[in-house]
Amino acid sequence: MSSQYHLDYLEQLEAESIHIFREVAAQFEKPALLFSGGKDSITLVHLAKKAFAPGKIPFPLVHIDTGHNFPEALEFRDWLASEVGATLIVRKVEDTIKQRSLTEPKGKFPSRNWLQTYTLLDTIEEFKFDCCIGGARRDEEKARAKERIFSVRDEFGQWNPKLQRPELWNIYNGRIHKGENVRVFPISNWTELDIWNYIRKEYIGLPSIYFAHERKVIEHEGQLVAISEFVQPDASDVVLTKKVRYRTVGDMTCTAAVESNASTLDEVINEIISTRISERGETRIDDKVTEAAMEDRKKNGYF
Amino acid sequence: MDLLRFITAGSVDDGKSTLIGRLLYDSKNILIDQLEALEKSTKNRSDGSVDLALLTDGLRAEREQGITIDVAYRYFTTPKRKFIIADAPGHVQYTRNMITGASNASLIIILIDARQGVVEQTRRHSIIASLLKIPHVVVAINKMDLVEYSQDVFNNIVIEYAEVAKQLGLKDVTYIPMSALNGDNIVDRSANITWYEGKPLLEFLEDVELNQDVNLTDARFQVQFVIRPQTEELHDYRGYAGKVISGVYKKGDKVTLLPVGIETAISKLEVGGKEVEEVFAPQAAVIQLVEDIDVSRGDSIVKTGDHQPHVNNELEVLLCWMDDKPLIAGNKYLLQHNSRLVRVVVRNVEYKLDVNSLQQQSVEGNVKLNEVVKATIKTASPLVYDPYTKLSVNGSAILVDETSNSTVAAVLLQQ
Repeated sequence: MSSQYHLDYLEQLEAESIHIFREVAAQFEKPALLFSGGKDSITLVHLAKKAFAPGKIPFPLVHIDTGHNFPEALEFRDWLASEVGATLIVRKVEDTIKQRSLTEPKGKFPSRNWLQTYTLLDTIEEFKFDCCIGGARRDEEKARAKERIFSVRDEFGQWNPKLQRPELWNIYNGRIHKGENVRVFPISNWTELDIWNYIRKEYIGLPSIYFAHERKVIEHEGQLVAISEFVQPDASDVVLTKKVRYRTVGDMTCTAAVESNASTLDEVINEIISTRISERGETRIDDKVTEAAMEDRKKNGYF
Repeated sequence: MDLLRFITAGSVDDGKSTLIGRLLYDSKNILIDQLEALEKSTKNRSDGSVDLALLTDGLRAEREQGITIDVAYRYFTTPKRKFIIADAPGHVQYTRNMITGASNASLIIILIDARQGVVEQTRRHSIIASLLKIPHVVVAINKMDLVEYSQDVFNNIVIEYAEVAKQLGLKDVTYIPMSALNGDNIVDRSANITWYEGKPLLEFLEDVELNQDVNLTDARFQVQFVIRPQTEELHDYRGYAGKVISGVYKKGDKVTLLPVGIETAISKLEVGGKEVEEVFAPQAAVIQLVEDIDVSRGDSIVKTGDHQPHVNNELEVLLCWMDDKPLIAGNKYLLQHNSRLVRVVVRNVEYKLDVNSLQQQSVEGNVKLNEVVKATIKTASPLVYDPYTKLSVNGSAILVDETSNSTVAAVLLQQ
């Protein structure tokens, strides 16, 4: 057959993701898309839009707000939700800390990453979500490499790697008991570079912090952390003004910037191709703690 | 640039993890921080070398026990192709994992230890490859360094395996002599194996022809989700969203809605919200029909005319049992065929297929985890399918235990 009936790798990945989104919409009563404001969840929203066009995305966007976000990411989140006409639900970790009298993490880089799990589980409970769609990719981390696209969680949100359902062909079994929920990862098979190439191909908009800009930073164990209301320099820190961009957008307290002059998508992609440090290693301060850090967090209901 | 999904099969000792590590390492798909983590875990090794196998051991339990529990997926890219590796453990108790990993693969790499030749596991992996109709087979004859890169050893294994391939009807088989540990014929051509004229593994993976693997003649489409915006502008819009399983559909094509058998035609086709003239496998599309008929999830829209699928409620199937709870003949299950969910009863288990010899054996007692059996099932409503051997994408299904919700079997639909 002629090559007119040929899909390139991005088209194949897109078709697979759209198929997954439609399975979610058909199999679950109350799904939600967990939206962080980062490029992966922005790509998810774009794929969801394509999956259900000309209809609207048939589930809400849910943001678990740690209170430590980049203002640019929040602004973008609000714009995007109204742009696609989706309902936006925001629940704050701050409120969970008060209601449940949780202990705030201390230290110079007080990450609320771990506490996010509490707010997420409360939100699932509050809205009776039976499925949460997330933007995790299997290339990000070793534990994720073994997780299914449809990942069943018990009522504590826990992942049990030894009790995963076999996932055969493109057939997804989303049946669950009451109280359980399923985490679905439509872009499991995409890599960081695939996401960037797709963003370029589809002209997907991103928050400005993904592109090079000047910022006041301190250096912490070889990583650049922005000064903000959440991260203040010590007497021993040298505050530098550097041209930086972000490869991932998480909390201001635990996301590091990379030095860069890349101000366009082409330049960003070129830098990513030439860089020899992986995304999580370069920009997540909290993953370095133990080798099994992500595995532990996933087992406890973190995405 | 296109996409190749492949699976590696071999036991722990065949050097499978080293092979994958070597592919990632030599194609420069391992990044500095991953390498650092690797060096940290390798610190305790006496010779101080980096253990490439550690790159693929994911979970802590696995690292502690030095085994692979589950299918892991790895990704790497060269300028020619994106690759997705399903890395499945090879022991007999993991037949279930191998079938899972193989179900989406277009190519399988079967590792053979050059010192051992074809062993029981080689046969089992090959049988699974033939059952699942994986289009391309690479026989990686590994550890050539331990047999002094001997051409005779290689040739003898080729002769031995060719017999297996013939028995199983494996068609596209390629043999590559290599040493994953030393990097011979993985990414770079080996200086030690001058008598081998074929391509090194990576070059082969980059060049293998994939276009023939997609069936473009038998048009199959199953409805996943009905899009009904019900807004003012899109008042009467009814779009049937689904995946083109195989074949090509054009605007105006006469189609039949199955299993009900109503004939109509395609009025409009869309991909990602844009109108198009035709859609083809494996695109995610939206079909609109000329007539306003009742269509719901799981219904099939096929082109009218030749190449019709089977429509049946008494089916012969091969079941690969995947649950700790045994299959009990007479039990009811849910069968999921793409998006169609029907209740089934397993009527009769005819025989068990020995996955090491392909021999048919009588079944005594219940069917247990990792066993493959031929059975007959009856469905509550008709299934629209093709035999797996003819059109695997429309001949595969799963069984779900309604009480546990687990996926308990892979189903290969037969004639």
